[in-house]
Amino acid sequence: MASIDIRNVRKNFGIVSVLHGVDLAIENGEFVVLVGPSGCGKSTLLRMIAGLEEVTEGEIRIDGVRVNERAPKDRDIAMVFQSYALYPHMNVAENMSYGLRIRKAAREKITAAVSNAARKLELQPLLARRPKALSGGQRQRVAMGRAIVRQPKAFLFDEPLSNLDARLREQMRAEIKKLHRDLGATSIYVTHDQIEAMTLADRIVAMHEGVVQQVGSPLELYDRPANLFVAGFIGSPAMNFLSARYEFGGSTAGARLPDGTLIGLSSGYQLEQGAAVTLGIRPEHVEMSPASESSLRATVDLIEPTGFGIILHLGLHGLPFNVFTLDRAALTAGPTVTVAFPPQHLHLFDETGKRALESGLQKRKS
Amino acid sequence: MNRYSIFGTALHRLAILCYVVFALFPLFWLLKVSVTPNDLLYSEGVRMWPSQMSFEHFRFVLAHSAFPIFFRNSMIVAGATAVIVTLLASLSGYALSRFTFRGKYWLVALMLLTQMFPLVMLVAPIFKMLSPLGLTNSLTGLVVVYTAFNIPFATFLMQSFFDGIPKELEEAAKIDGATQFMAFRQIILPLTLPGIAATLGFVFTAAWSELLFALMLISGNSAATFPVGLLTFVSKFSVDFGQMMAAGVLALIPACLFFLFIQRYLVQGLTAGAVKG
Repeated sequence: MASIDIRNVRKNFGIVSVLHGVDLAIENGEFVVLVGPSGCGKSTLLRMIAGLEEVTEGEIRIDGVRVNERAPKDRDIAMVFQSYALYPHMNVAENMSYGLRIRKAAREKITAAVSNAARKLELQPLLARRPKALSGGQRQRVAMGRAIVRQPKAFLFDEPLSNLDARLREQMRAEIKKLHRDLGATSIYVTHDQIEAMTLADRIVAMHEGVVQQVGSPLELYDRPANLFVAGFIGSPAMNFLSARYEFGGSTAGARLPDGTLIGLSSGYQLEQGAAVTLGIRPEHVEMSPASESSLRATVDLIEPTGFGIILHLGLHGLPFNVFTLDRAALTAGPTVTVAFPPQHLHLFDETGKRALESGLQKRKS
Repeated sequence: MNRYSIFGTALHRLAILCYVVFALFPLFWLLKVSVTPNDLLYSEGVRMWPSQMSFEHFRFVLAHSAFPIFFRNSMIVAGATAVIVTLLASLSGYALSRFTFRGKYWLVALMLLTQMFPLVMLVAPIFKMLSPLGLTNSLTGLVVVYTAFNIPFATFLMQSFFDGIPKELEEAAKIDGATQFMAFRQIILPLTLPGIAATLGFVFTAAWSELLFALMLISGNSAATFPVGLLTFVSKFSVDFGQMMAAGVLALIPACLFFLFIQRYLVQGLTAGAVKG
């Protein structure tokens, strides 16, 4: 187990720059998820930690030791690939023991480590099989077994569940989490799936276009997204955004929508009077309410029952707007509904897309 | 199955049969003439099989002609060429498949260039180059020339096999603790066996049946390979068809054995795409 320090790491492929200075400190035993859309540089960062890509600039330290120039084999890390990358000409036991065998470990030690890992992952009956005789989930398990057999300093996961079907993915997700709880090993996990990120991570690193957007616990990212990108990326269905102008007067603050409706805010913000802002609200926080001064009328475009709840696709001044509700009455919603935004669930972003800083308005009020 | 598709299948099989017969008939004729006694060769007219079989041609070729020497020479030249070319081509094919390096583009272009013109053009310059080196009239010279001419194609062939192996496999091996070369030897090479077998087979048969350079670079029987040797059965006044065909049949044997030996891997090669992950 180890801590991993990433200091101002940059990566260029030729003239294309894919990582623009990433700083990240991963503590011993932590489970960190790198999440972002494809092409955001998360896999590249992981491969740099593994030693599969060179570091253009900056420094990567494992347990305080600079590893930039070290070959992957000398970094003592393990990696689980999206394609599993099992050796097709070796059986399961040989696949799992390969790392120990080429490090010339004692035979008894290898046997013990393999059977131990096989027991943990319920692979004992499959040890003599070749990868092609395994199902996707079993291959995935073998790939994890190959990683844990060596007891490396850290585990790297590169979208390990992307090739599995939905049900299996949920199951393996839980197994990875259990495995991390049991082994307590430092883990870095790359995914584009925000649900995986939310459920697995101690800390999420949200990335976009080669820049870290926000680092924090899953709930921090959900409750207080640092910018429009994180707000839109974390959460499903995605957050709704409305453009508005910030207004304050005396002890109240609000956001004025283009149609003139004033949405009340629970706090003041460090913004100029009339500043252009983006108002964000998650579909699950929108209230379906009887008409009032601050409520909005929206047309119903589409109703999607998910079984658990209902997603309403609305049109608000011609813009798409989603609502998620558990109330089955919504299934029979008419051509229009009225929606209201509870102030405590509103997110305000300034012109540059950053989360607007709150000011002491609320305190003055109380 | 409806009538149309039965008819279609029959037609399809018939067409294949025609091609196979067309391709194999010369071989059959080779065999037929080789076992026909000399006195029946011209007297019986065109027959599919002689009324009397004899192995006198084989006996003569093996015991009284220089054929065993030709055969040995061919084995040495084709075997050595196949091994050397495959070894070099697998290394260079791997490099082309996996690494980016300066001048790669020009290297590939240069290798393609060597495949673009007829070899006849090169006979004279090659002779001029080899003769001061003492490599004319020598098996080594032939091996050098064949190796040089086969490497570009064999490299491309091997490269395509390496391209078919997912890069993650050797990345996984490197993370598991292997060096680049260990990953190549322990993970990639075993998976490329079908490709290696195909390359060996291709180069072996090419070198085995090469006539042009063998004819130009070799004079005299001691270093002659078997295609050149076959010409010794053509004398000024007659062609000894029986003996020539017998020698031909014998020359087929190693090629057949060779393909029998590597066929297992060739068949695997057809399913190589199935190894992923």
